Amino acid sequence: MINAVIINDIDTVVTVIKKVSLGENVSYVSSDGYSTIKATSDIPINHKVAIKQVKNGDEVLKYGERIGYATMDIHIGDHVHTNNLDS
Amino acid sequence: MKFNGYRRSDGHVGIRNHVVVLPGVICAAGVAQKIANKADEVEYLYNPNGCAQNSKDTAITLEILSGIIANGNVYGVLIVGLGCESIRKDIYIDIIKKKTDKPIHYISIQQEGGIQKTVTKGLEIVNSLKEEANKCVREECNLSELILGLECGGSDPTSGISANAVLGNTSDRLIDFEGTSVLCETPEAIGAENILKRRGQTPEIGQQLYDTVLKYDEMFKANGEDIRKTNPSLGNKASGITTLEEKSLGCIHKSGTKPFNGVYQYGQMIDKKGLMFMDGTAYDVASVVSLIAGGAQIIAFTTGMGTPVGNAIAPVVKITGNKDTATRLSDMIDFDTSDSISGAKSVEELGRELLEYIVNVCNGEKVKAEINGISNMAINQFYSYA
Repeated sequence: MINAVIINDIDTVVTVIKKVSLGENVSYVSSDGYSTIKATSDIPINHKVAIKQVKNGDEVLKYGERIGYATMDIHIGDHVHTNNLDS
Repeated sequence: MKFNGYRRSDGHVGIRNHVVVLPGVICAAGVAQKIANKADEVEYLYNPNGCAQNSKDTAITLEILSGIIANGNVYGVLIVGLGCESIRKDIYIDIIKKKTDKPIHYISIQQEGGIQKTVTKGLEIVNSLKEEANKCVREECNLSELILGLECGGSDPTSGISANAVLGNTSDRLIDFEGTSVLCETPEAIGAENILKRRGQTPEIGQQLYDTVLKYDEMFKANGEDIRKTNPSLGNKASGITTLEEKSLGCIHKSGTKPFNGVYQYGQMIDKKGLMFMDGTAYDVASVVSLIAGGAQIIAFTTGMGTPVGNAIAPVVKITGNKDTATRLSDMIDFDTSDSISGAKSVEELGRELLEYIVNVCNGEKVKAEINGISNMAINQFYSYA
């Protein structure tokens, strides 16, 4: 069941459209089709989840653009927010 | 893809054929409204100004009002003045004549001899204008003659992930047909100035975009506000927005992916094709008005929570990605993009359908704001009245 939205295929994050709990699937549809990852923590509704690995200091992409830089290594399924992303 | 519009002798194309009554000054507003109310199918456009403004704000008022009258959707206008105000007949006529040769009539209450006489005279004028306007017929026009204003308000998280994404796709499609889209609301681009800079068609346009955003930023700072420090707000962060770039991108995303081909002042007439940026406020009604003054015949307005905003001159299409809003507030929403969230339809499919809907509206289909007779008017100002 789809519970997340990817805006641009190059994005490193998706936005969940429902609250997701630790260990639950995060599923979205991109041009490549249906993908599923597992959340590594609870994710509040409308928050971001990493769908790609991002190294500390690398760009985090949403809308196909840089929304900031990772402030620590981000792993697939991680909640991406103020704890690991900054301008 | 084509639409049927009204070709005007000044070269503009309209998708509506309005006869408009405009008060030349707020003091004449009640009388002007009486004329519009008594006439059949005549649009009343409120004007909050016309007097007691300094030269900078007077210039803005004139740029906006003359631009609106020059909009292709207007067949002709009756301006109702008072008589003693600072923006009088000659000032209006001179600036309007620079933009258009359409029929303009002017009467003033003090000269006509009071309310009733002005209403009687005004009715004669608008009825004869209406008779002339009814002779206009729609002709086939290319989408290259369409200017689409891009606006958002009452945003929620669905705006960024759905409605703005779909509108961006629609804007890209319109530009592929050599049409024009206009992004506005400079304050909402603060934080995305580097992204806008990269999107200039030329390095000069990119720099102009960058400078325009920074200038607005400086203006806020001069008034003791630092957008960069206060945004995203705690509420924004709680709702999932992490950085200022992310917040700004949610808004400018509705301009799609095309390069910007021009930067215009607030309400300035747009005279190029492609994607444009218009400098100005993020106050929804005042920015819708500036887009119409710039020549936009139709406004695409994305909203998450829903807003009834409309304008007498141009249809304002309400687009939402929020299924609940589309259902609960159905008498003010025209297009629902929530299928892009559920996965039932792709952004591309919805972007194509939205362009088709916009063409239907251009051909005469009424949007909810028109059906409900909603018209809002505001003009951005820098100073208080004198």
